[in-house]
Amino acid sequence: MRKRLFRMILVLTVALLSILALASCSEGGTEEGETPVYRDGDTVYLNVYNWGEYISDGGEGSLDTNREFEEYFNTYLSAKYGGVKVRVQYSTYPTNEDMYAKLKNGMVAYDIVIPSDYMIEKMIEEDMLYSFDVTSLENYKYITDIFRSPYYDPDNRYSVPYTYGMLGIIYNRTVVDESDLGSWELLWNEKYDGDILQFNNPRDASATAMYYLGIDVNSRNPEDWIRAIDKLKEQKSLLQGYVNDEIFNKMTTESAAIAPYFVGDFLTMVSEEENLDFFYPKEGVNYFVDAMCIPKASKNPEIAKEYINFMLTEEVAVANAEYIGYASPNSLVINSDEYREYMNTEYLAPTYDDEGNMITLGAYELLYDRKPEEVNAAYNALFPDKQSPACYRSYTPEIQILLNDLWEELKIYDSTETWIHVSSASIVAVVLGFAAYSIYIKKKRSKHYRKKKTK
Amino acid sequence: MKKKNSIMRSIAAAPHIFWAVLFIVLPLIIVVYYAFTDESGAFALENIASLPKYAPIFGLSIELSVIATAICLLIGYPLAYVISKAKPEHQKILVMLLMLPMWTNLLIRTYSIMAILDNGGIVSTLFFDKSLRLIGTKGIVIFGMVYDFLPYMVLPIYTCISKIDKRMWEAAADLGCNTFMTLWKVILPLSRSGIISGVTMVLVPSISTFYISQKLGGGTFELIGDTIERQFISGTLNTGAAISFVMMLLILLSLTVMNKFADPDDGGIIV
Amino acid sequence: MKKYASRIYMCIIFGVLYIPILTVILFSFNAGESTAEFEGFSFYWYGELFRSPDAWVALRNTLILAVSSSLLATVIGTAAAEGIYKMRSRLIKTAVNSVTNIPMMNPDIVTGMSMMLFFAALVGILGIADYNDIGFLAMLISHTTFCLPYVILSVLPGINELGDTLSEAALDLGCTPVKAFFKVKLPNILPGVISGMVMAFTLSLDDFVISYFVGPSNFQTLPLLIYSMTKKTVKPDMYALSTIVIVAVFTLLIISNMRSAKKTATPKRKGARAK
Repeated sequence: MRKRLFRMILVLTVALLSILALASCSEGGTEEGETPVYRDGDTVYLNVYNWGEYISDGGEGSLDTNREFEEYFNTYLSAKYGGVKVRVQYSTYPTNEDMYAKLKNGMVAYDIVIPSDYMIEKMIEEDMLYSFDVTSLENYKYITDIFRSPYYDPDNRYSVPYTYGMLGIIYNRTVVDESDLGSWELLWNEKYDGDILQFNNPRDASATAMYYLGIDVNSRNPEDWIRAIDKLKEQKSLLQGYVNDEIFNKMTTESAAIAPYFVGDFLTMVSEEENLDFFYPKEGVNYFVDAMCIPKASKNPEIAKEYINFMLTEEVAVANAEYIGYASPNSLVINSDEYREYMNTEYLAPTYDDEGNMITLGAYELLYDRKPEEVNAAYNALFPDKQSPACYRSYTPEIQILLNDLWEELKIYDSTETWIHVSSASIVAVVLGFAAYSIYIKKKRSKHYRKKKTK
Repeated sequence: MKKKNSIMRSIAAAPHIFWAVLFIVLPLIIVVYYAFTDESGAFALENIASLPKYAPIFGLSIELSVIATAICLLIGYPLAYVISKAKPEHQKILVMLLMLPMWTNLLIRTYSIMAILDNGGIVSTLFFDKSLRLIGTKGIVIFGMVYDFLPYMVLPIYTCISKIDKRMWEAAADLGCNTFMTLWKVILPLSRSGIISGVTMVLVPSISTFYISQKLGGGTFELIGDTIERQFISGTLNTGAAISFVMMLLILLSLTVMNKFADPDDGGIIV
Repeated sequence: MKKYASRIYMCIIFGVLYIPILTVILFSFNAGESTAEFEGFSFYWYGELFRSPDAWVALRNTLILAVSSSLLATVIGTAAAEGIYKMRSRLIKTAVNSVTNIPMMNPDIVTGMSMMLFFAALVGILGIADYNDIGFLAMLISHTTFCLPYVILSVLPGINELGDTLSEAALDLGCTPVKAFFKVKLPNILPGVISGMVMAFTLSLDDFVISYFVGPSNFQTLPLLIYSMTKKTVKPDMYALSTIVIVAVFTLLIISNMRSAKKTATPKRKGARAK
C-alpha cells in the first residue's frame, strides 16, 4: 500500500514538473543579473564566447591570452574584487547568427561576446547588451579614430573594436588564369566548375551576388534579395560546396581554387599554401568590424570590463593580431615594428624590384593599405543616397524572414538528380514486389494446408 | 496481500520506470509541445504547416538512405554468408574485425574518407594530380553511408545465418536443391529477421545523419539531419522540433511495418 | 575456386573498411603538417597533443562521463531487467519494453534534440541562470538514458535463462529477497551485466550527436573536440587524438571479447546501433 502511494507521488511529481516545464517555456528570458557579492577565495567563471580561432590560444608557441588574463587578474586585480579568482571559460561559434541564437535562448550567461557590426546594431536594438561608457576603459585611447563612435554604436556605450577586415576573393594561382581576375564574376565562371566555394550563410553569400549585380547589400527592397538569391541559384551547379570554416582546409589542400573570404584569413591560408593569392573585386567590397561586447545577462560585467581592457594592452593585442591575422583597430598594434615584421615574415613576405620598390604586398601592407575610409568613399559613390559606411546593417525583420526562406529555397534548389529517383524507386519496387510475392506464397500455402486438413 | 506482492515483485524496475518517464517520455512530449507552439509559447500550427517546404529534403534523405541500405544489403549479405561458412575459430576473428570499425568514432571514419577522397586528398594527389572531383556529389555521400554503416548490416545477418540448423542444408540437398536453390529457398527466408534488423540499423542512422552529408556532400544539398542541425544552431527550435517530430513518426511507422515481416518469435527489434 | 572467390571478396570488403582507419593511424605519425602527403615518421603531433590542455581536459571529461554514466546505467538497468522479468502483466511488460527501446530506435538526432529541449525547459522552470551549471548533470542524464536499453538488453537474457528456481531456493532457505538477489542471482548473471556495462561505456565514450546537442560549453568531450578540430585547418594532431581513441576502444573491445571467448557465451544477438 505504501509503495503504491509512493508511486502515485512519483507520477504526480512528474506530471507537475512537466506542466511547470511547459508553462515556463512560454515566459523564457532570464532575470536581470545584479552585481554579485564577491567573497574571498571564490572562483568566478568568466564565459567568453568568440569566433572559432579568434584569439591567441597558446597553440604553436603563441601567447595564451586567456591564461594570461587569469594570471594577471588573480595577481593584480583580485584584491579589488574581494579576493575572487577568475577562470575563463572559452567557447566558440561559427557565425553571428548562431551566437545571437544562443544568447537569445538565454541558456548560458555569457560575459563577453564578439559580434560583427550589424549584429551589434541588432542586439542594441533588442536591448541585449550591457551599456557602459567604453571610453572610460583605461586602454580605450589606443583605438584609432575611424573606429570610434561607429555607426552601430555612435555613443560608444556598448562595444570596443577587436578586429576588422575586408572581403575579397582568394584564388589559386596554378588554377585560375590571370585574365579572369578582378571581378566578382570569377565566382560565376563556368571554366572553374567544381572548384568554387561559397559562404554557408545567407548574409555573406548573398552579399557576393549583390556586389556582382551592383545592388546595395543593405537594401530594404525584397526584390533585390530575390534577385541575389536567383543569382546564387545560377551559381549552385558550379560550386564544390557551401562552407564556413572548412574553407581553410579546402583551400590549403588545394581541394578548391576559388573562394570569397576575408583578407586576414587569406593570410592564414597563404602561410600554409603559397600558391594562393587574393584580390579585391572591382565592383566593390565592404569591411566588417568585430567588437567586444558584454551581454546584458552577464553576471560579472565589472570583471568582463577588466577582460576587455586587458585585451587592449600592447602585448596581448599584438599576440592576438599576430595569431588571427586580421587587421587591428588598435594603434599600439599598427605602430608596432615587431608586429609588422612578424606579419611580413610569418604570413606573407613582400617582394621588391631592384630599386627597392615593393612589387607584391606583404601581409602588413595588404591588411592596412586599403583604408576603411576609401572603401566607404567608394561605397558612397556607388549608392549616393546612402552616405553611410560600407558595412552590413542589421536588416528589417521582414527582410530577415524573407532571406531565411530564400536561403532554404536555395539549399533545396536543384538538389536531386534523376539517377537517384530511378534507383531508389526501383529498389522500393523490388522490395514491394518481393513482399507481395511472399505474402502470396504464404496465402497459397496456408490454403493448401487448410485443404489438406479438411480432407 | 497478493496485490501488494505483485507490485513488490517488480519494484526493482521502479527507478528505471521513473527514469524512462522523466527522461524519455517527457522530452518527447516537450518535442511535441515545441512542434505545436511558436516562439512565445502560444499554440501554433505554423511549424507543422511549414513542413511541406521540407518535403524535397525528406525525399532526398529517404532516397539516399534507401539506396545506401540496398547497397549495404547487397554487399553485406554475401559477406555475412561467407563469414558464417568460415571455420569457427576464424569466425570469431572475422566478427571482431567487423566490430572494430563499428566502434571507431563515426566522425573519425567519415573525416578520413574525406581526407582520402577529397579533391586535394591522398588518392587525388597520388593518382589524379588533384583533379579528382568526388566531394560534393551524392554518390560519395551514399558511399560514406555504406562505409560507415555496413557492419551494422552484416552482424545481425551473420548471427541469424549462423543460428540456422546445419541439418537444414543437408535436408535441402537431399530434396534436390543445389547451393543456389538452398540459399534462395531455405537460407534467405530463415535469415529474414536478421535482414530486417540489419536494414533497420542501417536505414535509421543514414536517414538522420548530418555529419556525413556535411563533410562529404560539401553543403550543396541538405539532408533532413542537416536541416534539424541548422535549426538547432540558428535557434529556430520550434521548426526543428516539428521536423524531428515528423521524422520520428516516419521512422517508428516504418519500423512497425517492417517488423510485421519479421518472425514474431524472434523479430529482430521490438518497437 | 569458390573458396578463393569468397576469400578475395572478404579481403576487398575488409580492405575498404580498414583503409581509412589505417590512414588515420599512419598520418598521425606524419612529420609534416599535411593530412594528404606523408613526409616522414615522427611523434611530433603526439607531443603537440600532450602539450595541449584542451585534449587533456576533454579526455578527463570523457572518462568521467563514460564511467559515471555506464555505472549508473548498469545499476538502474540491472535492477530494471530483474523487475521486468518479474512483471506478470504482459501489457505493462510490453509498455515498459517499448518505452525503454525508444532511445535505441529513435535517430540520435531526435534523442539529442528532445534532450536539449528538455533541459532548456528545465533551465527555464528552475530559474537556473546558467546552463553550464547543470551541464554535466545534463550530459550524465542523457548518456545514461541512451545507454540504458543496451544494458537491459544484455542483462535480460541471462535472467530469463536462469529462471526462478535458484532464488526461490534461496528464499526458502531464509534469505531476504534483496539478499537472494545479490547472493544468488547476481553472480549468475554477472557476465551479462559486465558486457552491458562495457557496451554502455563504449557507447558513451563514442557518442557525438547527443553530446553535440546537449553539451554545455564548459564540458567538452573527445568526440566534440574532434568535431571542432575537423572544422578549420585539420592537422595531424587531430589524427593523433583519433588514434588514441581508436586504440583505447580497440583494447576495450578485445578485452571484453576475450572474456566472452573464455566463457564461450552465445554470440551477441545484435551489435549496438550507430552512435
